[in-house]
Amino acid sequence: MTDPSTAASGAAVSASEFVTGAEHVQTKPGKPRSLASDAWYDLRRRPRFIISAALILLVLLMAAWPSLFTSVDPNYADLDRSRLGPSAQAWFGYDNQGADIFARTIYGARASIVVGISATVFTVLLGGTLGLLAGYHGGWVDAVMSRVADIFFGLPFVLGAIVILSSFRATGGSSATEITLLVILSISVLSWPACMRITRAAAITAKQQDYVKAARALGASTSRIILRHLLPNILAPVLVYATIALGGFIGAEATLSFLGIGLHAPVVSWGVMIADSRDFLRIAPHTLLFPAAFLTATVLAFVMLGDAVREALDPKTR
Amino acid sequence: MTVESIVDSEAAGPLLAVDELFVEFRTRDGVAKVLNGVSYRVEAGETLAVLGESGSGKSVTAQTIMGILDTPPGVITGGEVRYHGENLLAASAKRRREVRGSGIAMIFQDALSALNPVFTVGFQIEEQLRVRRGMSRRDARKRAVELLDQVRIPNARDRVRQYPHEFSGGMRQRAMIAMSLALDPELLIADEPTTALDVTVQAQIMDLLREIQLDRHMGLILITHDLGVVAEVADRIAVMYAGRIVEQSDAVSLYRQPGHPYTQALLDSLPRLDLKGARLNTIKGLPPSLIDIPAGCPFHPRCPRVRDVCRTDVPPAHRPAAGRLSACHFAEELISGE
Repeated sequence: MTDPSTAASGAAVSASEFVTGAEHVQTKPGKPRSLASDAWYDLRRRPRFIISAALILLVLLMAAWPSLFTSVDPNYADLDRSRLGPSAQAWFGYDNQGADIFARTIYGARASIVVGISATVFTVLLGGTLGLLAGYHGGWVDAVMSRVADIFFGLPFVLGAIVILSSFRATGGSSATEITLLVILSISVLSWPACMRITRAAAITAKQQDYVKAARALGASTSRIILRHLLPNILAPVLVYATIALGGFIGAEATLSFLGIGLHAPVVSWGVMIADSRDFLRIAPHTLLFPAAFLTATVLAFVMLGDAVREALDPKTR
Repeated sequence: MTVESIVDSEAAGPLLAVDELFVEFRTRDGVAKVLNGVSYRVEAGETLAVLGESGSGKSVTAQTIMGILDTPPGVITGGEVRYHGENLLAASAKRRREVRGSGIAMIFQDALSALNPVFTVGFQIEEQLRVRRGMSRRDARKRAVELLDQVRIPNARDRVRQYPHEFSGGMRQRAMIAMSLALDPELLIADEPTTALDVTVQAQIMDLLREIQLDRHMGLILITHDLGVVAEVADRIAVMYAGRIVEQSDAVSLYRQPGHPYTQALLDSLPRLDLKGARLNTIKGLPPSLIDIPAGCPFHPRCPRVRDVCRTDVPPAHRPAAGRLSACHFAEELISGE
C-alpha cells in the first residue's frame, strides 16, 4: 500500500470521509461506494485494462461500422492482383482471389465478434442457470446436473464441434445466418459445463453465508434469496469467466472455420481468411499474417481484460 | 415434564414456548443428539439468556425456532415450538415465513457476513418493508432512516446509502439490529450478538438491546457464552449442557447460589480481580461427544461432586426451590449451601 493510487483507493474504502492530500474534494462525506464502483475506480488505473479496453473498442467499432475504416468492397476480387504484397493502394496486400486483405480483415471482425459475444451469452445463460440451480438445491438435482455436465466436459471440443456441425449442416441450409447460428450453438453446447461449475461453486459458497440465513430468518422466499442474495454475489467470477471465454470463442470460431466446418464464403471472418491462405503460406505469407495478427490481438485483449477485471473484483489482490 | 408446570411465571399465555425439543444431526460418523428435550419459554418484555459452551445446542435451538436449521443433516425428532400457542413446527411453510421477521426475528454473531455485501444497508432494510409491508420506496427509505436513528447510528440519512463494508464492527451490529426490527417483531433472538465485538462496544450493544426491548416490550432470547454479558441484562437464565437445559432460574438467584455443579463451575472459571495471583479455575475435561453422550448425568465425568447415582441415572429436571429448575440429583444441597 505504498503506491499512492492504491493507498487512496484503500482509504476511500475504509472511510470515505478520509480525504487524501490538501485538494478540495467536492463529493459528500457519506458518498457510497459499491463493489462495482470500487472495481471501476481500480480498473481505470490499470494500464492492462486501458490497453485491452482500447483494443476491444477498436475491434467493436470495426464490427459495427466497417465502412469507417475502409471504402473497399471486401468481396470484390480481381485475379490480376492475386497474392500481390502490401502496397500503398492495399496496405495488407491482396489474397489469392485478388481481394483486398485490409478490407477483408476489417469486415471479418463482425463475424468473429458476433460469434464470440453470442456464444458467450448462450454459454453463460445456460451454464449459469444450471449452475445456480444445482448449487442452491444440492442433493440429487446437483448430482444429476453435475453428471450431465461431466459428460459434456468429457467431449473433446474440436471433435464434438465437428460431429455437431457436420451432421446438422447437411439438413440445415447453408445461408450465412444459419451457419453462424449453428457455429454459435455448437460452441455453447460444448462450453457450458465450465461456466456451470463456476456458478455452482460460487452458489454453494454464497448459500452458506450468514446473510442468506439472515434473509431466511427475516422471511425471504426462495426465489428472492436466489435472485437478490445469490445472483449478485456470484456475478464477479461469472463476469471474469465470460470475458476470458469470449476471447477463447473467437479463437474457436477461427479454428472451426479453418477446419472447413465453421463459417465459409460468402461470410468473411478471420478464420475463413486463415483457411484460405493455408495453401500459399510459403509464397504469400502476408495472406496469413494480417488476419492471424488481428485474431491474436483480439483474443489477447479479451483475456487481458478478463484478468484485469478479476484483479479489480478480488479484494485480496489490492 | 414441561417448563410451565415447574417454573411459575405470569399467568398469561407465553409469547414463545419451546417444549421438549429433540434434534439430531445424522452425520457419517453416527447420530449426534444435539438437543435432548429442551424446554423454555419467553414472555413479552422478558429477557431470557441461554448460556452454554460451544456445541451445547444454544444456537441449534434458536435455528429450530426460526426454522432455518439445515435439514439435512438436522432432523427434528420431537417437541413443539409454540408461538402464541401455535405450534410452528407443524405450521405450513407460508405461515412460517409470515412469522419470521414480523413475529420472531434474529440477529447473528458476525454482522458483516450477515449483511449482503452487494447492497446498501438502507436497501436491505427497505426491501423487507417494501415486500412485506407494501411500502413505497420513499416511505421505506424514511422508515429505514428512523430505524438507523433508533439504533444510534450517527448521520443515519447518509449512512443509509452506504454498504456494509463501510461500517465499523459495532455499526454493522447496530445496522443488523435495525434490520431485524424493521417488521416490529414481538420476539428477538440474538445469537451471540457481541462475541465478535470489542469490550466497550459490547457494552454499548447490550445497552441498546436492553433499551429497545424495554421500549417495545419485546421478548428477547440472548444466546451467549459470556457470563459477564448476561449478568446485567437477563431476567432469567437457562444453562445448557450437551443439548439439555441443566439449570433454569432467575438471574439473581443463579448468581448468588447456583443450582447445578456445571453452573457453579462456569462461575468459578471467571477471572476475578479480588483473587489476583490465584490460579484461575477451569472445568476439567471436555464437553461430551454428542454422538456418544455418557450414561446418567451427561456432566458426571467432569463433575467435582460426582456420586454413584450420577453414573447410572439421568437426573430429572426438578424444582429445588421456588422459581428454579435444575437437572442435578443434588440441587437442593447445592442451593442450601450443603
